[in-house]
Amino acid sequence: MAELWQFTKLIRSKNAGPFELTFDIMFKDFESYDRVVKIRLLTPELVGRLYGVPEAAVQFFEIKEILTIKFSIPRKVFSGDVDDSDVYGGQFHGPLVRLPVR
Amino acid sequence: MDRTTLDARTELRLEQALEKIRAVAATGNLSTGFREESLIRAVNQGAHFVGCDAGSTDSGPYYLGSGSPRGPRQAVKRNLTLILRETLRAGIPAIVGTAGHAGGRPHLQWTVEIVRELARENDWHFKLAAIDSEIDPAILGAAFRNGAIKPLFPAPVFDEQVISEAQRFVAMMGIEPLQGALAGGAQIIIAGRCSDVAIYAALPVMRGIPKHVAFHAGKILECGAASVAQRLYPDCMAAELDSEGFTVEPPNPELRCTPQSVAAHTLYENADPYTLVEPGGSLDTTAARYHAVSDRAVRVEGGRFVPAQKYTVRIEGASLAGYRSIVIAGIRDPLVLKQLGSFLTTLRATIERKIVDNLATPTGSYTLNFRVYGRDGTMGALESDLKIEGHEIGLIIDVVASSQTLASDILPLVWHTGLHHPIPEYQGLVSNFAFPFSPPGIDVGPVYRFCCNHVWEIDNPCEPFHTSWEEL
Repeated sequence: MAELWQFTKLIRSKNAGPFELTFDIMFKDFESYDRVVKIRLLTPELVGRLYGVPEAAVQFFEIKEILTIKFSIPRKVFSGDVDDSDVYGGQFHGPLVRLPVR
Repeated sequence: MDRTTLDARTELRLEQALEKIRAVAATGNLSTGFREESLIRAVNQGAHFVGCDAGSTDSGPYYLGSGSPRGPRQAVKRNLTLILRETLRAGIPAIVGTAGHAGGRPHLQWTVEIVRELARENDWHFKLAAIDSEIDPAILGAAFRNGAIKPLFPAPVFDEQVISEAQRFVAMMGIEPLQGALAGGAQIIIAGRCSDVAIYAALPVMRGIPKHVAFHAGKILECGAASVAQRLYPDCMAAELDSEGFTVEPPNPELRCTPQSVAAHTLYENADPYTLVEPGGSLDTTAARYHAVSDRAVRVEGGRFVPAQKYTVRIEGASLAGYRSIVIAGIRDPLVLKQLGSFLTTLRATIERKIVDNLATPTGSYTLNFRVYGRDGTMGALESDLKIEGHEIGLIIDVVASSQTLASDILPLVWHTGLHHPIPEYQGLVSNFAFPFSPPGIDVGPVYRFCCNHVWEIDNPCEPFHTSWEEL
């Protein structure tokens, strides 16, 4: 089965300031973007479930002009705090990479 | 209104409309470097100023809390040498924002000292403005009592006790303090904590470029060459701004911008791709248009500036969370790995008992964190997949206590207990941990945390900032 990364040119997470994480899924062409949007693979509901945040706290954007799906969530542990595991927030996108695309 | 006045006004408007401002970003961060020839070319193309961001909260609260600059000093000095040399040669201002990485007073002083050193060593003479953005806790406390401090989301608990116990606060300046320094004739401006966008918007707005153009260009420029299609290495970026929009083009002929690469940069490190909140208002890029004017240059128009009801500056603060000691260990035994969860749970209980018995230190007065690389070390509490599939794991045992002495005392009890912690399958003394180093433990030093995600409502955008002048 195809996986999300095969449709993209970049999947990344990053701090948006110390208190939020933002995720960019940038597709390699319109067909890839369109297919993933149409099957509703990525939704605020899925994001909430994957990252354990309420759906209402997920900011979610489908940006056709740049073939990108973007979402942002509040950090449960702020950047650099005692229990933080990723100061720059650069590796939280891992669970998205191999999501099955049916 | 008579004809002459009308004509004069039309002419003035025309002149403003015709004026183009060329803004140059030396690089995305003052220590990361750029190609010397790129900066020379950008300045020779008619730059009106060169800006450079020197900081970020991205590396965490340590720099703000400790007052240490991030450096490396030699790299910062080298980059400043080129920026100062080229801007002084061209007679244009240079603006450095968020000096020393966190923009506090010690960070500002550290950077200013480098600038003084450069002036001495090169016999350069110029007017320097240093803008201090560190906030006295007493002033912040008064603002808090007056209800002028408002939380953003998500915000930690913030009150007068937090303010009095914090190590340091800074306010993030907008364009106005920079404009004050420019109006005062500063050739080199070293600013404390500063909006990245403001570095690039201050001068253009002074010269009549509309805010929606200047702020949007600032957002694209602030990371240097990050908005090119393929960033081969850190480098300069340039934009030409006019009353309708701006054209961005990398001065380095090896790099190129595409409409998609420029538009995509508005996503970067920004929670909402269409809204960029700045002191005094927001940039709304919902209707922005990006089109190629060559295979390397992109024209951007259509952003909208929405003034804020009330002028606010973001405040950043860091407080001391404790002192850290860590030990790194590998575990390779499959029997330990298959029961790692329960192994660590029972280990923790034994450790807590030992620390009470031997150090008279109650559980709860320190933190003990097992960071299991190979399971959830990277994502921590956000990891949903807790399987261990590899043949080994890397373990960081992380102790944070109220003093370095206490953390250092706790650590050997922790790792020595873990080393010999039994599992049911084996009888006799075991050694579960492979330590790569002797001594196994490392004292890491103070740990800070960001203690506020708040804004401060102010009447005068320059009020929290203090500019000092020096003729070098």
